[in-house]
Amino acid sequence: MKLRNASAAAAAAVVLALTATACGTGTDSGSNGDKITIGIKFDQPGLGLKTPDGAYTGFDVDVAKYVAKELGFSEDKINWKQAPSAERENLIKNGDVKFVVASYSINEKRLKEVDFAGPYFLTHQDLLVRADDATITKVEDLNSKKLCSVTGSTSAQNVKDKLAPKADLQQLGGYSECLTGLENKRVDALTTDASILAGYASQKEHQGKFKLAGLSMSDENYGIGIKKGDSELKGKINKALEKMVSDGTWDKLVQQNFGPSGYKNEPAPKIAN
Amino acid sequence: MFDFLDSGQYDLLGAFWVTAQLALYSAIGSLVWGTVLTAMRVSPVPLMRGFGTAYVNVVRNTPLTVVIVACSFVLDQTLAITLGGEDFKETGFRLAVLGLTAYTGTFVCEALRSGINTVPAGQAEAARALGMSFTQVLTAIVLPQAFRAAVTPLANVIIALTKNTTVAAAIGAAEAALLMREMIENEAQALFTVFALFAFGFIVLTLPTGLILGWAAKRLAVKR
Repeated sequence: MKLRNASAAAAAAVVLALTATACGTGTDSGSNGDKITIGIKFDQPGLGLKTPDGAYTGFDVDVAKYVAKELGFSEDKINWKQAPSAERENLIKNGDVKFVVASYSINEKRLKEVDFAGPYFLTHQDLLVRADDATITKVEDLNSKKLCSVTGSTSAQNVKDKLAPKADLQQLGGYSECLTGLENKRVDALTTDASILAGYASQKEHQGKFKLAGLSMSDENYGIGIKKGDSELKGKINKALEKMVSDGTWDKLVQQNFGPSGYKNEPAPKIAN
Repeated sequence: MFDFLDSGQYDLLGAFWVTAQLALYSAIGSLVWGTVLTAMRVSPVPLMRGFGTAYVNVVRNTPLTVVIVACSFVLDQTLAITLGGEDFKETGFRLAVLGLTAYTGTFVCEALRSGINTVPAGQAEAARALGMSFTQVLTAIVLPQAFRAAVTPLANVIIALTKNTTVAAAIGAAEAALLMREMIENEAQALFTVFALFAFGFIVLTLPTGLILGWAAKRLAVKR
């Protein structure tokens, strides 16, 4: 009898937990009342990073804060939500977030699923090399080099398929893992968007060890992802972005987040309609 | 729904072939290494028994990702031991086989030890009374019966191993999970289709393994 009570209690607990989580996801829609939910990366220094003490830093975060302020939400009214690359479309489509600012390159496949405001930043696929390494000056040099990138990422596929099919490409779980190999001279370069690389190079523990090679191997226009067809929000965000560029905030934020790496950023891109 | 597969961009069969190879080589390696570990754990030499017990308990309780990533970090990136791999793809594969073998060997060892427990103690005693050495008792009397009793738990271990090969994507072995990440990156609109596709692929690999070994377990079991 005792056992039966215990199992009944356990079953009740499971059911409760299930309904509780169901409620949790049910009420969580883009902006409810006076709060706004924004999707960002939590793991990219320089763009979107959650620090150990729970604060959020990076260029994407600063842009999101500025846009939210223009939309009428102060900083304490923002719910930050992690938006990993693979989940961005679904987060937007399900209404889990109002918009996504997460190194989100505008491309045709994505335009079929979501709309983009912006672009607010233009960057290129680039290389991060050791500060004393001057052997890589053009894309062709890569064919005899050892490269590292993140498993399955667009940058890794670009290298494999187009840029340097003969390069020896190592694919690891994260960019910070590649940095170990770069430091130990096991690989010669780490490749992805220059903005991300600049973020790593600007981190305190890496300053002075690495530099950007300055090759422009692709164009990545970062946009703010919103629900398809929401032209009202798109207009508002675009207006906020324009204001951010014209009042000088944009330049200040770029300097603040990428400055220490010596990254030469492109001028603010023109906003498309 | 599956139209993204028509582009010819993704070599699905090739990726699953690498997964199958990874599972096969690691299965062979871990059967051998697991048998050696079992021999150590039942041996009369305290040092070997101690090593066997310590190894099994440490490695079995370490997350597989840590074991695999440690192989890449410590052996490859820091000590530059590539196990003869010419490029990163090959090195990743070989290191993954090494890591999976080191990890799965512990589970094989424990499955075999449970098999040894099914062999009546009287048999080993009788063999010793006939003057057989420890190695002879183990290889001629105990282990053959232990293996036959352990087919079912070993099938479990092999199925788990097949699914564990996905961790090898973390160090760049070009198997199914790595292709899945590429597909998710490019085809985020078909997220669930991609998931279902790969789940199905793994069922195709593991279900026959389970059925065949289940049948073999019945055929081989020692009737007592």
